[in-house]
This record gives sequence, structure tokens and C-alpha cells, in this order.
Amino acid sequence: MEQFQGKSIFNGIAIGRILFYSKNQKQVKRTKIEDVEAEIVRYEQARETAISQLNMLHEKAAAEVGEVNAQIFEVHAMMLADEDYNDSVLNMIRQQEVNAEYAVAATGDNFAEMFENMEDEYFRARAIDIKDISERLLNVLTGGESGGNIGDEPVIIVAEDLAPSETVQMDKDKLLSFVTRLGSSNSHTAILARTMNIPALIGVQIQESWNGKMAVVDGYHGVLYVNPTDEVLEKMQKRQDEDKAKRELLQKLKGKDDVTKSGQAIRLYANIGNVSDLASVLQNDAAGIGLFRSEFIYLESGDYPTEEEQFKIYKQVAETMAGKKVIIRTLDIGADKQVDYFQMEHEENPAMGYRAIRICLTRQEIFKTQLRALFRASAYGNIAIMYPMIISVDEVQQIKQIVEKVKKELDEADIRYGKVEQGIMIETPAAAVISDLLAKEVDFFSIGTNDLTQYMLAIDRQNSKLDNFYDAHHEAVLRMIQTVVDNAHAAGIWAGICGELGADMTLTDKFLDMGVDELSVSPAFVLPMREIIRNHG
Amino acid sequence: MTFNYVIKDEVGIHARPAGELVKKAKELSSRVTVSCNGKSADATKLMALMSLGVKKDMEVTVTVEGDNAEADGAQMKVFFEANL
Repeated sequence: MEQFQGKSIFNGIAIGRILFYSKNQKQVKRTKIEDVEAEIVRYEQARETAISQLNMLHEKAAAEVGEVNAQIFEVHAMMLADEDYNDSVLNMIRQQEVNAEYAVAATGDNFAEMFENMEDEYFRARAIDIKDISERLLNVLTGGESGGNIGDEPVIIVAEDLAPSETVQMDKDKLLSFVTRLGSSNSHTAILARTMNIPALIGVQIQESWNGKMAVVDGYHGVLYVNPTDEVLEKMQKRQDEDKAKRELLQKLKGKDDVTKSGQAIRLYANIGNVSDLASVLQNDAAGIGLFRSEFIYLESGDYPTEEEQFKIYKQVAETMAGKKVIIRTLDIGADKQVDYFQMEHEENPAMGYRAIRICLTRQEIFKTQLRALFRASAYGNIAIMYPMIISVDEVQQIKQIVEKVKKELDEADIRYGKVEQGIMIETPAAAVISDLLAKEVDFFSIGTNDLTQYMLAIDRQNSKLDNFYDAHHEAVLRMIQTVVDNAHAAGIWAGICGELGADMTLTDKFLDMGVDELSVSPAFVLPMREIIRNHG
Repeated sequence: MTFNYVIKDEVGIHARPAGELVKKAKELSSRVTVSCNGKSADATKLMALMSLGVKKDMEVTVTVEGDNAEADGAQMKVFFEANL
């Protein structure tokens, strides 16, 4: 067995034989022509044919992989209509009295080189488009076939690089995976792989001798195994089966409402810790984001993140979720999450120390920067804000005053913002006990069971010696949750759970009976939870 | 007439909007030139436009020349704001 590392552009496992795909490299000969005008006519006709081929490909691709992926062929047709490209070809034919094939090949190389030398990765990747249209013209001129025939058996395609017109013409049922040496995660082939849900690797040092060999593509780790051992095969087969089961669950449950048999509707949301988690939120079809931990912005930064930096991130999340609820929790650092530039003093008991909203209320400039970014981003989607570690009504009132100040400043600067629901985390016993009072101040509650449990049981989760004493299902915690839910409902607001307990499937039925309105869980749990909810009586 | 515009599109003047720009520029009787970082391109030329390598947050200068420059310039402005 040999093992090669590449860069994965789509997750998944593919097992099958390798087909080494090489373009029908045309040897373009330079010949001197007698009749320049006839050669120009020949070129113009080839160009028209190529454009009509592209229009057909555009329709085929739009039907198979969607308009967004198909647009590239429309752009290719426009490239073929480009004046500079055509002038270059026509000039060569006229000035050098050469055949159209040579003029096209030379022009294609020149233009591709121009893009290959560009700084930006996106624009560099356009070189392959130029090569692709030039190749197409050459095929028309020489009467050859353009690529795409990959035989009858499903294969892993290994190639130097793949042009969009090649991949789109391949029979989709026969494609297990793409592995290329060149290409970028912005290339059309990459986009296509994502659309088709097949694993793909780039940046692999490919070898022609692999042709026909068995191989495994592990898109999760970016690894290609050639001639895999039985052990690897078995492991990968298992992973593939798991993926298949997951996909089937998805097929069955995607787009379905989170409603129990008796008609109780639940908001089934996802917890995320970074923008990169958005893809899995969408893949797993969560109805919204119930907890977006904004700390990562602070943890990944070397200094206080600016309003603009934060705004961009919140806006991206809001826009990506396209009107679905996005609940963003304000800064929750301290305790086990430390950031150097905050220069916090050492504490004996950080879990009960200077953290979260306590930092925000004492260092209000940090809090206001985040709030301004959040409100500005609310103009681009359905953002809600959630405040952590609350213990009193007074804190909530202080927060509301700061929020009013921020809104007033935005109004004065004529900056628009949307309607923003504001809620609090219920993660201290104090907040849970006075949740009847707190419910009058806010739009929603989200119960953070990790901290709530550790504070109620007086058990430090980091201390493994205490594992025997720890009971995640402790009656005290469950009763507390019931109290919070009842108090929320009495005040006409909703209450959800965003801690680990929310994803505990042995409790889902209980939570539904308790009247919990929202469960926010890791994206991977969304569909299994949906199944439980839909089966609930 | 001339106007400046800061690109808002995430990947800049990329293939698709460049194509749209070419279509639009060809409809107009004026000569439209897009300049950025000391390079400039005729707005009816797709590859030249793309080869400017204009990315998000970069400022371009759009020059519209001809008998109809005012009206065409206004149309161009609308186009940039809507597409780029």
C-alpha cells in the first residue's frame, strides 16, 4: 500500500479503481498556409461551433448540477467572443500566415500565462478556463472529440487537472472521486465535487502508473491510498457505510418540520463555534443557529477584534443563514477560556470568577464594540443576542441601558439595523431561581446546562476524580429546567436548552413533555434529534 | 465623465460580473474604460477586464467618453452598484 497526502475539497470516502485521465494532447503543428482568408473563415466557423457547443453544455449542466455551476459555460462562450483573444488569433493567421490551430494554441498559451502570473488565487485559477476554450477550438478545428469518455465502470478519476467542460461531460454515475495535482479549492471542478457530494483531493503528486489500481480516497483526511491493505479497506468501508446511513437519514428528514405527532413544534437549532461550522449547519438542515459562540473571534485574534472585523463575521453568518434565526452569544471568556491581551489576573476559582458578562459590564468599551457590530449585522438577517452568566435583574437592566445607548449612536450615524431579540443564558442557579423576574426583562431564555449542572451540584467538571459523584441527569437539574420553562411560558417568552444535555437523546422525550421550546445541538445531532421529535407522541 | 467605485463583490471583478459588464458596455455608445492600480481595460473586453485582477475593497476609476457620456455614465454607475 502507498499513501499520498493532498488537500481535501470535499469530505467523504470513495473506494474503487483509478482511471488515469489524460487529455488527448493534440500535437499542434505549425504550417504555412496559402489562403489567409480561407483560414480566417475556417477559424470563424470553428468559433461559432464552439460557442453553440458551450450553449448546449450550459443547458446540460444547468439541468444536472444547477444554474450556478453551469454559468461557467456562459462565461466561456463570452471568452470566445472576446475581442483581444480573437484579434490575437486573427493577427497571427494574417501576419505569420500560419494555420488556425497554431494561432489558437499560441494565443491560448499567451493568455493563460497572463492569468497564471496573477497574484490572486481566484484569478490564477482562470488560466484553466482559457486553456479549456482554446482546447475546445482546437478540437473543433481538427475534428477531434472533446474529452469526457470514462468507460462503463465507476472510477476514481486521477488527472493533472480537469477543465469544467471535461468534468461536466463525464457520466455522473461513474464518478467516484476526483484526484488532481493542480487545481484550487476555487476551481469549478472543486465546486462541482461539492455539488455532486463526491470526495475530491487536489495537490496530490499523481503517477500515471496508478491507472487501473485499487484505491481509496479519504476526503476527511485528504489522503489517497493506492493498493490499500485489507485493514484500510475495511475501515474505510465502515466509514462509507456510516456516511451512507447518515445520507439516508438526511434524505428522509431533510426539509421536514420539527413537530411531534401531537403537533408540538420545536425549534431545532445548531450550536457553532466558528464560521467554518456553517457548512455543516446547512448540510444537516438545522432550522437556525441557537448558540454562536462569539469567543473564537477573540481567541483567534492577537488583539481586541475591531467592530469592522466582528461585523463582517456576524454579517456573513446572518446572510448565510438567509433569514433563519441566528442567536449570537456575547463574549464569554474567562474561566477555562483565556485570552492573553485581556491581561486577566490569576484567579483561585476562575469558574466563579471574572468572566463573561462580568467583564463586559466592567469594561464596557469591549462590550459596546461587540454590540455595535451585532446590531449593524442585524440588518442582513435574523440576529438575536444572548448574554451569558447572568445572576440578577439589575445586570439585565444595565445591559439594556448599554444597548439603548448603542442603538441611539447608530441612529445618529444613520446606520440601519434590524429587529433584534434579546435573551439570556440561564446557567447560574441564581438566574434559574429568579427566572420569573428575569422573564419580564427579556425575549427568551437559553439554558446552559453545562455550567448550571456544575454550579448546582458543586462539582468541577475538570476534576476527573469527581466523575463518580457527577450525575448529568440529577433530579435537581431537571426540576430546575422545568421551573425555568414554566416561568418563561408564564411571561409569554420561549425557553430552550443549548448545553450538552440538549443533545442527550435519552432526555429528548422528557424535554418535549416539559414544554421546552428550543433545542440547540451540534450540527451532527440535528437529524437524529429530528427523528426522535417526529416520533414523539 | 469619470467616477470612482470601491468593489464590494467578495471575489472582485470575476468572470461572471465581468461578462455582465461587457454585455452592458457593448450596449452603450460611449467608450467605457475601467482603471485600477495604474492598469486600464476597455469595458467591452472580458479578458482584459479580468486581467486587471480587481479584488474586493479595491477602488476602480470608470471613465466614460463620447457624445452620450453623461447618460451612459449614469447607467454604468447603476450597474456597478448593483453587480459589483
